[in-house]
Amino acid sequence: MTPVGGYLHMIVDAPGVAEVEPGHFAALAVGGPNGATLLRRAFSIHKSTLGESLEFIFAPHGPGTQWLATQRAGDVIDIIAPLGKPFILPKQPISCVIVAGGYGAAPMELLARELRARNCRVDIVLGAATQEKLFGVLDLKGVSDSLIVTTDDGTSGVRGRVTDVLAGVITKNNSQAVYACGPMPMLQAVAQVSQENGAFSQCAVEESMACGIGVCMTCVLPIIGDDGVTRMARSCVDGPVFRGDRVRWDDVDTVPSDAFGAPRPGGH
Amino acid sequence: MNVDLSTSLGSLELSSPTLTASGCAAAGRELAQFGDVSSLGAVVTKSIMMEPRSGRATPRMAETPSGMLNSIGLQGPGIEAFLEKDLSWLTQNNVTTIVSIAGNNVDEFGELARILAKVPGIAGLEVNISCPNVESRGQVFACNPVSAAQVIETVKSVWHSDAPVLAKLSPDVTDIVEIAHSVVEAGVGGVSMINTLLGMVIDVDKMKPMLGGRTGGLSGPAIRPVAVRAIYQVHAALPNLPILGMGGIRTGHDALEFIAAGASAVSIGTVVFGDPGAPWRIATELGQELQARGYDSLREVIGLAHHN
Repeated sequence: MTPVGGYLHMIVDAPGVAEVEPGHFAALAVGGPNGATLLRRAFSIHKSTLGESLEFIFAPHGPGTQWLATQRAGDVIDIIAPLGKPFILPKQPISCVIVAGGYGAAPMELLARELRARNCRVDIVLGAATQEKLFGVLDLKGVSDSLIVTTDDGTSGVRGRVTDVLAGVITKNNSQAVYACGPMPMLQAVAQVSQENGAFSQCAVEESMACGIGVCMTCVLPIIGDDGVTRMARSCVDGPVFRGDRVRWDDVDTVPSDAFGAPRPGGH
Repeated sequence: MNVDLSTSLGSLELSSPTLTASGCAAAGRELAQFGDVSSLGAVVTKSIMMEPRSGRATPRMAETPSGMLNSIGLQGPGIEAFLEKDLSWLTQNNVTTIVSIAGNNVDEFGELARILAKVPGIAGLEVNISCPNVESRGQVFACNPVSAAQVIETVKSVWHSDAPVLAKLSPDVTDIVEIAHSVVEAGVGGVSMINTLLGMVIDVDKMKPMLGGRTGGLSGPAIRPVAVRAIYQVHAALPNLPILGMGGIRTGHDALEFIAAGASAVSIGTVVFGDPGAPWRIATELGQELQARGYDSLREVIGLAHHN
């Protein structure tokens, strides 16, 4: 467990862990077998060595993550991983942008490496509220063709939001694909800017989960399917990565009236 | 281990005493990566309704001390897609399946039972008359002995099968024994108890209820003593009524409490969200707990706490 800026970097021995693709997540049990916190916490996987280890980036801000922060070398943590649908990687060597907010940058080094292994151009925009909340600036610089930092308060890089610079990056580099991970309002803005500038976006969403394996129906959001029908899809098994143009961002936290099975007047 | 863990719910023989609780294992398929679903006592499916249903707005979950509130609102594909995709998978994989049904009104329960009566391979019906995540308390049929009995009578009138019909009861009533008597008179084959308790968490930063549906159902170990009490009361009043017990079971030790209170088998619910292998683990632990106390079988312990 190592502090990195405002975050903790946790490396876990995970003998036999399956191959992790960028965007996969893990569900960690917290609080011990007799603890009062029953639900797993979902984290994107920062890095992994096949069959050996998993790495996570987190900030201790609730009872679960605070418990995690107290774990020491030799302690045992119950983890289910890898979970979810990862980012879809291009078959052609296209020009890509990675956009991340705060600890949303955690899975992006792995993604940048995979994209570069496919001879893709990789430009990165990293944002956070303030310098302390930035993650991975130096590591991501080493795996990208360009990197721009933005902070809301101007303590590092450009003062403003990632989306203030994203259109310029897409235009300058003829980017065809945008990969994003971060808070929901950021993802919504990234999806919109990408679409306006002719790029295809994939967003790893952050919805609170209870199980992480598809049984509890907690982490749903309105997603437009291939058939054009909106369904309340589970971000754990149908995501967490969704096409930006398929998420009904304005309707997140609601059930749109035209969604499959939406309540009729007087129903539900 | 020599302890005989087989049990029964009325006419339904179960090779294992642990089942999945409705709403906590979808239709079983997702758990298949954690264990052999066909070795469970049964999968009790998430309650299915006539029509596809989106469920409620998010947030749908709030963690609470040793528990959680859920406000899913019966999201599901509707009976047609359920039969085609979910039940077919369960049947193909030789899973003992108890189908949980929910209706907006009495007729819908009857219609669901009529459709399911024609489908082979269903081990039982669990009639969910107690989901708290509905628009009106009037739809919580299990809060009223007359409505509860109406639903069961309607289901029984079209359910011409030996497979038991279980009524799922709510603890949010003044006298759960009265409700149990009422569904027994309506011909129920057993009761499942307890459903979640209606609860609320308020987000004091936003100064509004945390859940999109405002209220939700409280589950997990926090409600376990309520479940044990309810089962004890009903078994005392109706000792021959088969009881499927659930409510915050986390270990084999917990499960043994339910059996001693009068349950013949148990459903494992909320703990599955944190430990997907729990239904298998708890069966093993229950065997160990029985063996440690010198019992040869689970059956001899059912209701034993009433005799000491």
